[in-house]
Amino acid sequence: MKVSGKVFKYGDNIDTDVIIPARHLTSADPEHLKAHCMEDLDVTFRDRVKAGDIIVAGKNFGCGSSREHAPVAIKASGISLVIANDFARIFYRNSINVGLPILECPEAVGNISEGDELEADFDTGVITDKTTGKSFCAKAFPEFIKNIMEQGGLVGYTESKVRD
Amino acid sequence: MPMTMTQKILADHAGLDSVAPGDLIEAKLDYVMGNDVTTPPAIKVFEKLGVKEVFDKDRVLMIQDHFTPNKDIKSAELNKTMRCFAREHEITHYYELGRREMGIEHVILPDNGIVLPGDLVIGADSHTCTYGALGSFSTGVGSTDLACAMARGVTWFKVPEAIKVNLTGMFRKYVTGKDLILNIIGKIGVDGALYKSLEFGGEGIKALSMDGRLTVCNMAVECGAKNGIFPVDNYTLKYISRTNPDRFIRSDYKIYQADEDAEYSQVLDIDLDDIDLTVALPHLPSNTRKASECTDLKIDQVVIGSCTNGRLEDIAAAATLLKGLKVHKDVRCIVIPGSQMVYRQALENGWLQDLDDAGCVISTPTCGPCLGGHMGVLAKGERCVSTTNRNFVGRMGDPESEVILSGVPVAVSSAVLGRVGTPDEL
Repeated sequence: MKVSGKVFKYGDNIDTDVIIPARHLTSADPEHLKAHCMEDLDVTFRDRVKAGDIIVAGKNFGCGSSREHAPVAIKASGISLVIANDFARIFYRNSINVGLPILECPEAVGNISEGDELEADFDTGVITDKTTGKSFCAKAFPEFIKNIMEQGGLVGYTESKVRD
Repeated sequence: MPMTMTQKILADHAGLDSVAPGDLIEAKLDYVMGNDVTTPPAIKVFEKLGVKEVFDKDRVLMIQDHFTPNKDIKSAELNKTMRCFAREHEITHYYELGRREMGIEHVILPDNGIVLPGDLVIGADSHTCTYGALGSFSTGVGSTDLACAMARGVTWFKVPEAIKVNLTGMFRKYVTGKDLILNIIGKIGVDGALYKSLEFGGEGIKALSMDGRLTVCNMAVECGAKNGIFPVDNYTLKYISRTNPDRFIRSDYKIYQADEDAEYSQVLDIDLDDIDLTVALPHLPSNTRKASECTDLKIDQVVIGSCTNGRLEDIAAAATLLKGLKVHKDVRCIVIPGSQMVYRQALENGWLQDLDDAGCVISTPTCGPCLGGHMGVLAKGERCVSTTNRNFVGRMGDPESEVILSGVPVAVSSAVLGRVGTPDEL
């Protein structure tokens, strides 16, 4: 799967409280969550973001609360991919489970700037910065995780298991 | 192959003789837990799976604690969804507010004797790592993981490496487990244990009561850890003999010990005598300082409670320190016993009266202000000293408000002084 879009660049330790503040967790409706995505960190995000855009951030993205509402809010905003040095472990699981594409690539994070036009192939892990012409290769997913993703995420995987 | 405590629990629950760091395994779950924020979305996913029943109605736990008593119509709807599901599926561990078993999830699961040594627990709440204090493996997941685990009673794990935290010495007066865990987070950073276990050991663990160990493991996630875990000792056995005498007498629990030659990616040696009363300044739990170096910071509010520090020992410490004193005129001091049982015991011991006399407001058990939900939300520019676990931007209210994390003694002292302070100043 190929995606392309403009980069929103953020720093290290972007926590799920700023991705979607708890005051908005009284509903899990993606349309409601998207209206408040990133609002405590970047109030302009929801007005600037366009379908396909890509978040690039530093270390430990998605740390803090286990709220799955966070990757749901990012996905509903139109973000096609999040690239980070690494992800907090619950956010990593949640992203795979809700179908938000994520890639770990410290080299790309260090070389990509806010506003760059990016293209990424989620299957090969190749990330190309069309603004600078540089290319990077993200860490591959383990086979076990790929298998879950190929079955349509954890729900598809679990459906196949409970049918057995 | 030598294994850590965590690796042994995972191997046993996966039906394997041994596991190694990085292995991806499927393991059987003893308990699966969700709360009023994470369970309603999980119920939606569960219904999509086409499964008629949960894997075990005694092992799926549903606790309403984040926005309860319902703070608004939407949160009432969330709880209604969970309540209807719990009734339909005859979930054993679903309680209504006010019942003696009820309270904040991570306070009641250990205190009610549900989790015992050797158990494997997942919960759709990041602070599920609390129960490692009992020598069990527990960790947080999201709502989809919860839904699939409710259906199958298994989930996948990546076997973690471990950091060994070797404790020696004894705490100085007023220093607690909260100061210890804040120091560890300050030392290794909010991602210092990412994907790893924090395994505690050494003769210094005797300095930590069970309540103290629960506080330490509770915040393991704040340095990215998958879980925190303590070895089982006499303190643990005494605790479970009280919380679950039936299972204790039947020896219906399992003690795991790390192999002596188990491998650790890092060893932290900590002399407890060196730990000071500590605070974490905004906006990361790793932004730690000695409390005594922050006495120029004026405050508007103090919160004593949460899954981190809302246990009986915490309420007792607050009441003992505050007895005969008054909360500063410019400060609201909100005390939230972590469960009905804690509330009742604090009531019987006269502690709630002492806190009331000092000018505190005493709340029903709830997560409430910790996550900026209700019962103590901050306005723009306000600053709170809180015994909770996170001080991220906007965590307790307005994005321009501030949370300073501390243990109970610093929180109480700050409530009296109207600024960050320590008990020796009272």
